[in-house]
Amino acid sequence: MDTSDELLLDIQHLHTAFRVHDHFYDAVDDISLTLHKNEILALVGESGSGKSTLATSIIGLHNPRNTKVTGDIMYNELNLVGLNEALFNRIRGNDIGMIFQDPLSALNPLMRIGEQIAESLVYHTKLNEKEREARVLQLLEQVGIPDPPLTAHQYPHELSGGMRQRVMIAIAIACKPPIIIADEPTTALDVTIQAQILDLLEDIQKEIGSGILLITHDLGVVAETADTVAVMYSGQIVEQGSVYQVFEHPLHPYTRSLLRSMPQADSDDEELHVIQGTVPSLVNMQRTGDRFAPRIPWMPASSHEEHPVLHEVEPGHLVRCTCYKTFYFPDEKEAAAAGAPQNANEGE
Amino acid sequence: MWKTILRRVILMIPQIIILSLFIFLLAKMMPGDPFTGLITPNTSPSQIAKLRQEAGLNNPWYVQYVSWVGRAFHGDFGMSYAMQRPVTEIIGERAVNTLYLAILSVIITYVIAIPFGVWAGRYEGTWIDTSIQFYNFISMSTPSFVVYLLAIAAFGFGLKWFPTSGSVSVSASGFFGIIASRIYHIILPSILIGILTNASTVQYLRSGIVDNKLEDYVKTARSKGVPERVVFNRHILRNSLLPIAAFFGNVITGLLGGAIFAETIFSYPGMGKLFIDSVNGRDYSVMTALVLLYGILTLLGNLLSDIIMSIVDPRIRID
Ligand SMILES: Nc1ncnc2c1ncn2[C@@H]1O[C@H](COP(=O)(O)OP(=O)(O)OP(=O)(O)O)[C@@H](O)[C@H]1O
Ligand SMILES: [Mg+2]
Repeated sequence: MDTSDELLLDIQHLHTAFRVHDHFYDAVDDISLTLHKNEILALVGESGSGKSTLATSIIGLHNPRNTKVTGDIMYNELNLVGLNEALFNRIRGNDIGMIFQDPLSALNPLMRIGEQIAESLVYHTKLNEKEREARVLQLLEQVGIPDPPLTAHQYPHELSGGMRQRVMIAIAIACKPPIIIADEPTTALDVTIQAQILDLLEDIQKEIGSGILLITHDLGVVAETADTVAVMYSGQIVEQGSVYQVFEHPLHPYTRSLLRSMPQADSDDEELHVIQGTVPSLVNMQRTGDRFAPRIPWMPASSHEEHPVLHEVEPGHLVRCTCYKTFYFPDEKEAAAAGAPQNANEGE
Repeated sequence: MWKTILRRVILMIPQIIILSLFIFLLAKMMPGDPFTGLITPNTSPSQIAKLRQEAGLNNPWYVQYVSWVGRAFHGDFGMSYAMQRPVTEIIGERAVNTLYLAILSVIITYVIAIPFGVWAGRYEGTWIDTSIQFYNFISMSTPSFVVYLLAIAAFGFGLKWFPTSGSVSVSASGFFGIIASRIYHIILPSILIGILTNASTVQYLRSGIVDNKLEDYVKTARSKGVPERVVFNRHILRNSLLPIAAFFGNVITGLLGGAIFAETIFSYPGMGKLFIDSVNGRDYSVMTALVLLYGILTLLGNLLSDIIMSIVDPRIRID
């Protein structure tokens, strides 16, 4: 990504709260992010950290009856937060395309593929039926469907998982949206198909120059495809920067544990080796102090900030809380006890 | 498709044979026979015995069964002892009357069930939903004959808005006059059947809408910028209506059962009333023919449901 590229999305202090038993709980808690043209921004974090909630807030699909979204999501001078439905419907599909995780449930089982792709064109283009049909075939071709006329007449259950996800991508890019949100687009697919789908996304991005918000919990995917990365934990960003910054100089204990637990070629366990536990549920989420502190109990309370904020350690590289300065993994303790200086650069 | 339907129909043959055997034996096991009621001081037991011998009632049961089936196959279900007319002829007349009643009842059932199901599902959890659920609860838990009796007392005998018996007025003349008179005779029972038997359809539709609303493909539709009204009609509602269409066959058979009460109470000369009369009059030939007919109609209703389902849902292929 070239930083001079045009700013597409400017998210400032976004909060998304869900109502649970008459109380509102922030699932997205004060998140600020930007997305530029030609950028692939990866959003990573364990299950329940609020990634999908953030995505859904951007495209305005939360049910207002039990969800409160506050803050700003600026898109071309337009604030998407609180935007009225009629206006938002002109943006959805046209300016923002969305790809969901499970391509089987995300396609209407009773509608032909061609019809589902064309639906977007009906509302955002002036194409007539014939032209829409032609455009559908062209899109299917573009996403690598071998026999577009056949597939256009098929139903979702007649396609393989990989083919369905290609169809989802065709739907998302039908109107060449400047912004594409892909929420774990490869999680439901076989490993071999995953790589193909990611390649396809990258190709598409080069072709239409969109900015992509790529949600994943696969750091391998991030390293291979993304330009920038934001690491989320418990509704907050704990670390953010270019892929180079975050992978070469990971600072936050959470990022470092994620990287440390990346599945190696010779092992297939997916848990965080070192860090026990999971992201707490929305209602039980800790709202004060360092939210990650309970999972690194060996770190003294004094190492955490009382109100952890994001620190800019390098231009563009942000990390929350000061605990990263003294953080170590327990199995590194002997080394620490032997007098080696504890510093932030153990990742190197 | 046609092949499959043919295969399903052929598969129905053993089912129908078992059903007919079952009906035949059950009728045999019932106490008394058509001549029991005819014993009067004027008919001597020996005359009755002679009648029994002539009717083949003294043959072994399987001989009787085979001859019954053989004749039934040619559309001959014997004579009604009570009415002294061929059973097929009587059922034919009555079936037409039941058909009129069933058609109007089905129309009224759907006219009520579809909007109610859609409203309950769309406004799930609101007072609209609660009221409809309450209505369904009442309609399911009230015995239908009580409602029929109250209605016939109030609107038939009391207010005299509707006739209280028959299927067509003797004074009706001309094609349209007869049609109008027929409709006039079935309107009250049809409305009542419609009001009382739509609960399953309402609930089916409601839960379909409630479930479909949360499906991912609905989110996809919204993410395309499709207006909410269209999302509801084209995605949520359409997908919820398809199983309702397939449920049609079952609604029909359920309705035929429901019509038995209505016809009896409204003295409407349909198959249902004929059935009750035949049971009361121990009119075996009529009764067995009707039970067999109801059984076959139920099998056909299920087949119809499966066929409709395979037509409307591309995921289901019956082959
Ligand atoms: N509609 C909702 N009502 C109440 N709570 C919700 C709702 N949607 C999500 N949550 C809660 O918000 C938190 C964040 O959920 P979210 O789906 O955004 O996580 P995620 O990072 O996308 O996880 P995953 O990797 O499993 O997709 C979770 O605790 C979840 O239970
Ligand atoms: Mg998610």
